[in-house]
Amino acid sequence: MSRRVAIGFVTILIVGLIWLMVTSVFGVIPSGRFPSPAETWSALIHVSGRGYGGGDLLLHAYNSLRLVVMGFVFAIITGVPLGLLMGWSRRAEALINPVFLIIRPIPPLAWIPLAILWLGLGDAAKILVIWFAAFVPSVINTFAGVRNIDRPVIEAAYMLGMPRMRFVTEVLVPGASPMMFTGLRLSLQASWTTLVAAELVGAFYGLGRVLNVAQQDLYPGMILVGMGAVAILGWATTRALGMAEARVMSWNTAALAAKG
Amino acid sequence: MNKRISFRQSVLLGFGGLILFIGLWHGLAISGLVPRVFLPSPLEVYDRFTTLLDRRFAGATLLGHMLASFERFAYGFILAAVVGIPLGLLMGWYRLLDEIVSPLFDALRFVAPIAWVPFAALWFGTGIGGPIMIIFAGAFPPCVINAYRGAKFVDPRLIEAANMLGTPSHRVIREVLVPSSVPSIISGLRVSAGLGWQSLVGAELIVASAGVGYLMVQGQANISTTTVMSGMVAIGLVGLALDSSLRLAERVILRKRGLEN
Repeated sequence: MSRRVAIGFVTILIVGLIWLMVTSVFGVIPSGRFPSPAETWSALIHVSGRGYGGGDLLLHAYNSLRLVVMGFVFAIITGVPLGLLMGWSRRAEALINPVFLIIRPIPPLAWIPLAILWLGLGDAAKILVIWFAAFVPSVINTFAGVRNIDRPVIEAAYMLGMPRMRFVTEVLVPGASPMMFTGLRLSLQASWTTLVAAELVGAFYGLGRVLNVAQQDLYPGMILVGMGAVAILGWATTRALGMAEARVMSWNTAALAAKG
Repeated sequence: MNKRISFRQSVLLGFGGLILFIGLWHGLAISGLVPRVFLPSPLEVYDRFTTLLDRRFAGATLLGHMLASFERFAYGFILAAVVGIPLGLLMGWYRLLDEIVSPLFDALRFVAPIAWVPFAALWFGTGIGGPIMIIFAGAFPPCVINAYRGAKFVDPRLIEAANMLGTPSHRVIREVLVPSSVPSIISGLRVSAGLGWQSLVGAELIVASAGVGYLMVQGQANISTTTVMSGMVAIGLVGLALDSSLRLAERVILRKRGLEN
């Protein structure tokens, strides 16, 4: 493991050095194509101080994060119960699945023009497409999670005459949660991709807006700053979801063991 | 879970669901609760779709746009496979390469493919080069990851046996490593086709002068909801065709090797 970390560290260091060499020292890559470290730094100072594309870096990052969280949470609230219902009832599955089959092949990004037609360039259109991007994986994985629960567990719950409400909260949800979280991770990734695309197509604030304006201004330093900010936020939210997962799952096993 | 239902019942319910969905859509469209411009009925979308098939919009017929999109997709996807699969296999085989590439790969993983659009436009223009790079950015990671997993999880006994028999390492790679990674690689290709196709659509919405995404942007600019919806249908159809053909290839290959369950 330490060998891995050391080699990784050295690699990143060497790549950084190469970056410095080819841009600033030897000028192999012109600064109009890819920014030097110094230019990237000055772009970062520029956007965090004076602001760029209608606001400073924090405002843009806050707006993007807010939209992703809203769309994502909304998708969980609607998608997980639907997935549970489809997993639980074969009738509901038979009724809903065909509609899913015809809507699913349309990638979430393809909803962007329609969302803009319906709701304009503001927040509502973005929340709609993010919701759509995150909704499908939440439903499908929750559904698969319910179907993966061991049959004997369900039969035992039945045999013991468990009330329906307790069955849902103590068998269905905990049993489905490992796959559910896989679905939520996919949903989160899809949410970020969709948000960046939607903001690139048209927005007043947000990191995609920064990328869009930087592209028009031919400002490579700012493009790199925007990409870095998107990556960091994506990493941080994935991390937060992973922590939530660890908490929920440990609580689950503990609760189940205590009831044992 | 709860009661199983017969095949007939499930088909009936399925049709019921579809009819309910399309009926609700149609009902909402003709009720006048929402402006017709923004929610056309399914029939109007069908009409527009067939019209677009033989009348030019935004520079080409719908089929022309689909072909333009597909061409870009094919270049980007093939490029991703040609670069990504060997890289993944080698990373699975040579530990040092794995240790060098993995941190870079992990650092880049969180950059959404679409976020490469500005650089793609700057480096390769908005014609065919830029979109190809975006597709590559979307399709590349699953190719690498699955080839890597395939190579990493080859049954070690096979490699030990080959080594013991004195097989030279290039032959071990060609005759043990690659064949046993094929199932994993194919499922990676399916994921990457899906992501690549989706990235293409995004790229065409932002920077392009042809393709289905471009058609949709033009439709949106002309407030022609039917055109936008026709574009969505076209994208869905091509995506579905791509996925089914790869699924078929997967089945054929697995069956040939007696791996199908």
